[in-house]
This record gives sequence, structure tokens and C-alpha cells, in this order.
Amino acid sequence: MNFNRALLAAALIAGPAFSASAQDFILVQSTTSTANSGLFDHILPQFTEKTGTEVRVVAVGTGQAIKNAMNCDGDVLLVHSRAREDAFVAEGFAPRRYDVMYNDFVMVGPEADPAEISGMTDAAAALNRIAEAEAPFASRGDDSGTHGKEKSLWKAAGVDQAAASGRWYRETGSGMGATINAAVGMGAYTLTDRATWSSYGAKGDYEIVVEGDPALFNPYGVMLVSADKCPSVKTALGQEFIDWLVGSEGQAAIASFQIGGEQQFFPSAAEEKVGG
Amino acid sequence: MEERPDDRPDLPPHLRPEAREDGRGLWPVRIEDATLSAGGRRLLDGLSFALPAGGVTALMGPNGAGKSLALRMLAGLIRPDSGAVRWGAGETPIKGAVALVFQRPVLLRRSTAGNIDHALAIAGVPRRERAARRAGLLALAGLERLADRPARALSGGEAQRLALARALAARPRLLLLDEPTASLDPAAVAAIEDLARRIVAGGATVLLVTHDAGQARRLADRALFMHAGRIVEDAPAARLLAAPRSPQAQAYLAGRLLV
Amino acid sequence: MNDGASAFATALALIVSGDPEFLGIVGLSLGVTLTAVLISCVVGMPLGALLAVARFPGRGALVVAFNALMGLPPVVVGLLVYLALSRSGPLGALGLLYTPAAMVIAQTILVTPIVAALTRQAVADLNAEYDEYLRALGADRVETIGTLLWDARFSLATAALAGFGRASAEVGAVMIVGGNIAHVTRVMTTTIALETSRGELALALGLGIVLLAISLGVNAAVMGVRTQAERVGHA
Repeated sequence: MNFNRALLAAALIAGPAFSASAQDFILVQSTTSTANSGLFDHILPQFTEKTGTEVRVVAVGTGQAIKNAMNCDGDVLLVHSRAREDAFVAEGFAPRRYDVMYNDFVMVGPEADPAEISGMTDAAAALNRIAEAEAPFASRGDDSGTHGKEKSLWKAAGVDQAAASGRWYRETGSGMGATINAAVGMGAYTLTDRATWSSYGAKGDYEIVVEGDPALFNPYGVMLVSADKCPSVKTALGQEFIDWLVGSEGQAAIASFQIGGEQQFFPSAAEEKVGG
Repeated sequence: MEERPDDRPDLPPHLRPEAREDGRGLWPVRIEDATLSAGGRRLLDGLSFALPAGGVTALMGPNGAGKSLALRMLAGLIRPDSGAVRWGAGETPIKGAVALVFQRPVLLRRSTAGNIDHALAIAGVPRRERAARRAGLLALAGLERLADRPARALSGGEAQRLALARALAARPRLLLLDEPTASLDPAAVAAIEDLARRIVAGGATVLLVTHDAGQARRLADRALFMHAGRIVEDAPAARLLAAPRSPQAQAYLAGRLLV
Repeated sequence: MNDGASAFATALALIVSGDPEFLGIVGLSLGVTLTAVLISCVVGMPLGALLAVARFPGRGALVVAFNALMGLPPVVVGLLVYLALSRSGPLGALGLLYTPAAMVIAQTILVTPIVAALTRQAVADLNAEYDEYLRALGADRVETIGTLLWDARFSLATAALAGFGRASAEVGAVMIVGGNIAHVTRVMTTTIALETSRGELALALGLGIVLLAISLGVNAAVMGVRTQAERVGHA
């Protein structure tokens, strides 16, 4: 049958695409902010060149990344939601958590600035004004680390934002980039990590309106998935990656990642290294 | 234009009916007191007749008399509501022993040769014998030059010759022909009749449904006249066609409508 | 917004550049999708033909089920395959999650109902014409299905193309079970999703244009083979 033969031929031609590299690899469950910003593209080749170990990154929201890791579908977890990271360790899914780096969140909005919050440094107060003005706000709404941070800020502001869901409070249920897309599309404010914003390519007339609040601090932690819970975990290779990441070489690699001449992530493992 | 295969050879031995004995025999093939109803109408009403081996029997009668149903029963395609159809001692036809040619041939979406190959394959003819059998059947039907033509692009006469040749693939002993020359031009009719004569000369038994009294006279030695789902007259063909005794056959042959 | 205009330029530049990373993504996309379609045809066509000719209790329900499965959301399939292939799932030991094989499995599940349902329709139509002839010949079930599948081959090519269309455009399932891992499971649709979320709209649209071009190419090739074959003989 000619048609089937053609299909078979095409499959054979494309076959080489399937052949996985023979070298060792580890699987990292991580967040869209680290992957979409280009950080991994910058630092991982350095690790692979040194050790020969390939690092495969699945980039999803923090909530899903943690669930995937709990299903044993990853060797290393690198996320930014301190409370849930601690819970992950407490439940025995990882022997311990390492500080690895931080960046910060910023609020972005349209140039017109309908809630008049541009230049503020108090995130909770800014959210309060948004609520008063009923200016549109786009939320991730996807149980991600950024979403968790946003909810804690609303709480600090004393605003029941969920009551406005569907009116000025709009939950996209999507990743960071998709949420920025949506925000730009409907003229809404949104909360984003700085790295994703810096690398985002379709800003339009959007700019950072609120930054610098200590509450917007965004620390990342890295954990090795426990072999007790997940026998399939590649403990040695995973630990090697974590050691590199929190060691001087990894920390230097993170510090050297820039977008538009600006450093995006700040190493935070050094003190701990000394201490522990 | 139809090609009259007048100068074609007699049926070669390897195309003649093959006696496949399975202990049940085939003859007589018969329908016993069959009834069949559909949609509240009684289509067959105590139909009975038997076919011994050999010869050509014409099955005649007006539209709706049940002739095609009788053929389909003999091919094993349908069963009566009551009564029986029997092939010798068997209650199902031996595979390949009975062949049915439809009024409008069902041609596969393949070449002329491909249609014959398909029938040979289903008949279980070993692969190495198929080429010779196919060549013989194509020659018999005068279709050699059209072997690679898409079967569905054949003319009406060519298509019916293919259907007849294809029906011989399994070397059947009983050939059921359902108005094989309806809507064909005279030359095509002559070609089909010539083919039928050579098939009969090769030893096959034929049951032929036809509305053409001339055709029945030319081909058949026995005629059955069917009306309202049963046989009303069974006689030598020449006698029935010349001097029918049943009022139904008289009316039909005189051209008077009869329902 | 000049994203639309620059998308064409981007698409053209991608094709002309011959960038190995881009070619790798295109190759993996084609490999995964064509493999899934091939498996779906091998499974779905005989299954569809069987549903068309066989009469058994529950057949009607199966036909309805297959027609309904055509509308299965890819994300649901992705989730089910993820749960099955996850290390903590029943097939976790195979280690297939986040590999091209997992993507093939998910797309096969998506495409097989389409191929089976369209095959059933095409074969049922043909069987209405062939049924008495094949029964009079004494063809058995396998011979009947074989005859019908072969003679419906041109309709079946269309069924396979419909399956190819669904698989090649699908992003939800391969995203979940493949993980969109660079150089391993990143295909055209997941790349488009990724570039969109990065705000690289022109690049995303350019990739979309390339995907459309490939889809057009495959359709044209199959239709070309079909027209040629029909002309050569088997109308």
C-alpha cells in the first residue's frame, strides 16, 4: 500500500530524532520563570561540559513541579515557594533544601496607570489602590509560586480579591508569560518575577510600576528528591548537580546571567556553604 | 463496441466445474415450501422446486414474483421464514460450488484482472496457479486487452462478461444468473449468451432469471414460471413458451400486465 | 503591531537558515506524529472495518464511543498518559515519561478513534455495495475486511490525513507527557506555546507558519499519490 509505505519511510527518516543521547542525564522539575527567562540555557551547558551529565528541565508552575516530583517524575526540584518547599522536605520527599538564588517580583502595568500606583514601593498599598479603583488585575490563578506570593500580598493588603473574580480580578490559569500576554491584552496590572519580565518580548506600553518592597523578595530553593520515597531517583548525579549549583562555579554562572545588561538572579548559597 | 467472442475456444478443463465431494453431495439443489415476508408483505408463498444436475433452467415471471429472492436463497444469502433450502444432504452450500451473477454486476475498485485475481484468491486457488487461471478466464470472456483497465470503467456488456468470468473462478457447479442481459444492447446480449452456452457445455448447471422469452427459448431446456411467490408452471422450455397452460404464464407471455 | 508581517520574515529565515536546533524540532515533530499516525492506522483501520461489518451485542455503543472519543481533549489524554507513565503510576517502571515514546503513545490514543471512526464510515458505505457479492463468494471475515480496506484505500488516506492533522496541531498532550524538554521532547507546537509565553510572538507565529507549510506539504503529497493512483487505474 503506497500510502503506508510513504508513512513508514517518513517515520524511518525521522527516526534519528528519537535516538536519545547516550550520555547520562538528570531530570529537573522547575518553574517557568527560570526556564522562560533563559537562565537554564545560560548555566546548564557549563555543568554539562564539566561533568558530561545532561540536565533535562521540565518547566511548569511551582505547584505542578512539586506534584510531579512527589510522583517521582524528577530527580531534582528547583522552585520558589518557601512554605511548600519546607513542607516537601518535612514530608520526607527531600532530605533537605538548599538556598540557591533569589530575584524579586515586580508589578507591571500600562503607561496610563489607571490606579495611579506608579513609583510606589509598598506592594500591599498598591494592591489596595487597584482594588479601590477596580482597575483590572491579571492573576496567574494556577497555584504557582508567583500565584502564592500574590495571594499573600492581597492578604497583607486586606483585600478579598477572590470576591472580585470575573470582574476586575481576572485569573488566567496560565504560566507567567501567558499571563503577561493576557494582562497586556486587557490593560490589566499583574505581578511577575523580574527575570520573566526582563526577557519578555512584547511589552507594548507596559512598564514596571511597583518594585523594591522587601515583601517582593523571591528566593529559590533546590532539593534532591529522596531515594527513600522514589527509588528511581538518580541520587549521585542529582547531588552532583546541586553541589555544583550551590558551589562557587554554579553561583558564579547564575550571577553572570544578564538580560539587557542587567543581572537577573542573585546567588544566595554562599553563606550557607560556609555555615553548612 | 462489443466484441463477440464467437471464435473463442471451448471451456478448457481447468475452468470447468470441479467436483468437490464432502459427503453431502450437491444435487438436487432445492427449495421446499419456502415462505418469506417483509414489511407486512408475503414475498414467497410456499415456493418449491428442485434442480437436478445439468442443463439450463429458465426462471420466469413478472416483476415482484420473487425470482431474485429464490436465487439469493439458492446462493445461501437469505433464509426462508419457514420451509427449507437444501443442497444435496447439506443445509448450507459448499463453498465455491454455487456462484451468483447479479443483474447489475458488483465490480471491485480494481482492474479487470484484479477482480478475477480477487475471486481466485477467495476461492483458495494457490498463488502459482492464479496467472494461468486468470489468463484462461480473461480469454473466455474476451477481455484480454482490457485486463489492466479499471473494472468500473468497462462498458455494460464488458462488465457483465467480467462478472460471468469472475463467477467461474471457484469452478462452480451451479451458476445462478439474475437477468444477466437486462439493459444490454443486442450484440452484448449475444456475447453473454455465447459465453453462457460455453459454460454449460463445460458441465455447469445454470439457473437463469430472464424476462426475454427469446433468450429462454435459445438457452433453456426447462422453464419455471413463478407468480406471487410460488411456482405456477414447470415444463420443458419450448412447450411452456409456445403453449403455456397456467393463466398467469399465458397473460405474461401475451404481454398483459400481471401483478 | 507588525508581528504578522515579521512572522513571515521569521518563518522564511528559519527555513533558509537550516538551523540544526530548528531542524531537530521539526524532525522530532514529524517523527512523533507520523509514528503515532502509522500505529493508529495499523490499529484503527482494521478496528473500524470490523465495526462496519461485524454484528455483535454492544457494537452500536462502541460506534458511539469511538465517535465521541474523536472529541477527546488532548489535555485529558495527556493527563491520563501522564498518570499511567509516571514513576508512581502503573507503567512507571518503563521510564517512558518525558520521552518521545510517551508523546507517541498520547498521540496514538488521540488519533486512533479518528482513524477508526472515519474508516468505519467509509467501509460501511462500501460494504453496502459489496456485502452480497462477498457473501456469495464465501469470503470469510478476514477476507471481507481485507477486501473492503483495500478498495476503500483512497477514503482511508483521507482518514489518515485527518489523524495527521489532529496529531500535528496538538499541544496539550505532548506538553504534559513530553515536558517540552529542549533537544529531547521539544516539538513545534510546544515551541510555539513556549515562545508565545515568552512574548516572542513573531517567532511563535513564524513557527506556526512553518507548521502549516509542513501540514500543507504532507496533505499535498498524499493527495498527489491518491490522484495519481486513481488515474493509473483503480477508479
